Amino acid sequence: MPIFSEMTHKYLRAKKKFPNVWCSGCGIGTVMGAIIRAIDHLHLSRDEVVMISGIGCSSRMPVYVDFNTLHTTHGRPLAFATGVKLAKPNLKVIIVTGDGDALAIGGNHFIHACRRNIDLTTILINNSTYGMTGGQVAPTTPFMKIGTTAPYGNRERGFDISKLAMAAGAPFVARGTVYHVVQLQKLVEQAILKKGFSLVEVISQCHTLYGRLNKEGGPVEMMKWQRDHAIPISAAGKVPAEKLKDKFFTGVLWDIDFPEYCEEYDKVIALAQSLAEGEGVRVKGKERE
Amino acid sequence: MADQINKIEPDGNPEIGEEKVHVFEAWCKKCGICVAFCPTGALTSDANGLPLLTYPEKCTQCGMCELRCPDFAIAVRPREKKEPKIVTTGESQ
Ligand SMILES: Cc1ncc(C[n+]2csc(CCOP(=O)(O)OP(=O)(O)O)c2C)c(N)n1
Ligand code: SF4
Ligand code: SF4
Ligand code: SF4
Repeated sequence: MPIFSEMTHKYLRAKKKFPNVWCSGCGIGTVMGAIIRAIDHLHLSRDEVVMISGIGCSSRMPVYVDFNTLHTTHGRPLAFATGVKLAKPNLKVIIVTGDGDALAIGGNHFIHACRRNIDLTTILINNSTYGMTGGQVAPTTPFMKIGTTAPYGNRERGFDISKLAMAAGAPFVARGTVYHVVQLQKLVEQAILKKGFSLVEVISQCHTLYGRLNKEGGPVEMMKWQRDHAIPISAAGKVPAEKLKDKFFTGVLWDIDFPEYCEEYDKVIALAQSLAEGEGVRVKGKERE
Repeated sequence: MADQINKIEPDGNPEIGEEKVHVFEAWCKKCGICVAFCPTGALTSDANGLPLLTYPEKCTQCGMCELRCPDFAIAVRPREKKEPKIVTTGESQ
């Protein structure tokens, strides 16, 4: 067994920023550990990895890790990431984003990144609320749950993020939880290895706001909830429908192949250049005029 | 606190000492996750919520406390590797 800490600390900006800013027991730190171990397990060098985030509690993550990092503007990490990946296709670009960041202000970027199928790995930390700004309702807050902007219960349904991503065209969609941390690392690894846009939705706990407003207890109780409500996708079809009520599937939910955008773009460049060469001959000779 | 942070060596390696489980007090936020989900019940919390390896004999060094800790504040010493069996094929290369 590896000495996890020794390995993990290698990737932390340990002297600068710790202890981290997250509330005691917040799931985001656990997700960070899983991402770091996944990167280490894949033997990626620190210089090969770019971690890009928007704004939010989850989006604080790049501050703490010693990769190439970009902490961008609210809702826009996928736009920045698209630029980085197109300019430097050999880099592994990992986006860390919150459910508000990715699906409210950044919703349009999200669906079009899925559709475009550019080789990005998106880790979407779903805590069902806007953590950083004080527990407002997010596009993922379930029906009738309480947020500071919905004290009488949220009358809208939350997005099913995975279905949204699949419908928008993402070829790799997975879901994990903070509680199932070993599985989470494996999902992140698979997502990084996938050629194309990959999404890992991580069910996480914001006990400070969402948990308190909804009387769901502290981090331990919320992680027990994750443990008791996650059903491995391999059990789909075997579990009777009544037992699936309020439950969610975890694991790799969707994995198909589709041409990747950077590779397609290289073909566009090659085609345009070959046509331009032909054109150049014609232009020189002015035969066409 | 400064002491604890200094325990992270310049090369990034934390000193985890000889015990099976080591808690970096300066980073630990006393959330209780490691204690609650330790599969063997080897950990308990002190009055302030700091995890203690109260029953080291129960600890299997499974590493789950370390994997779930959101604060990189607990480290598990890896199990001693068993001596690899020496396999002799009789062939010399
Ligand atoms: C353009 C812009 N609009 C609004 C904000 C305020 N704001 C900061 S973080 C945030 C929401 C964060 O929620 P989420 O993305 O779910 O992340 P979490 O904090 O829950 O991890 C908002 C609305 C901002 N920083 N910039
Ligand atoms: S407010 Fe919520 S999401 Fe933000 S650090 Fe605290 S527990 Fe985590
Ligand atoms: S999980 Fe980490 S931060 Fe929480 S009590 Fe245990 S060592 Fe401390
Ligand atoms: S290594 Fe495993 S058994 Fe030992 S304290 Fe941690 S969780 Fe418990």
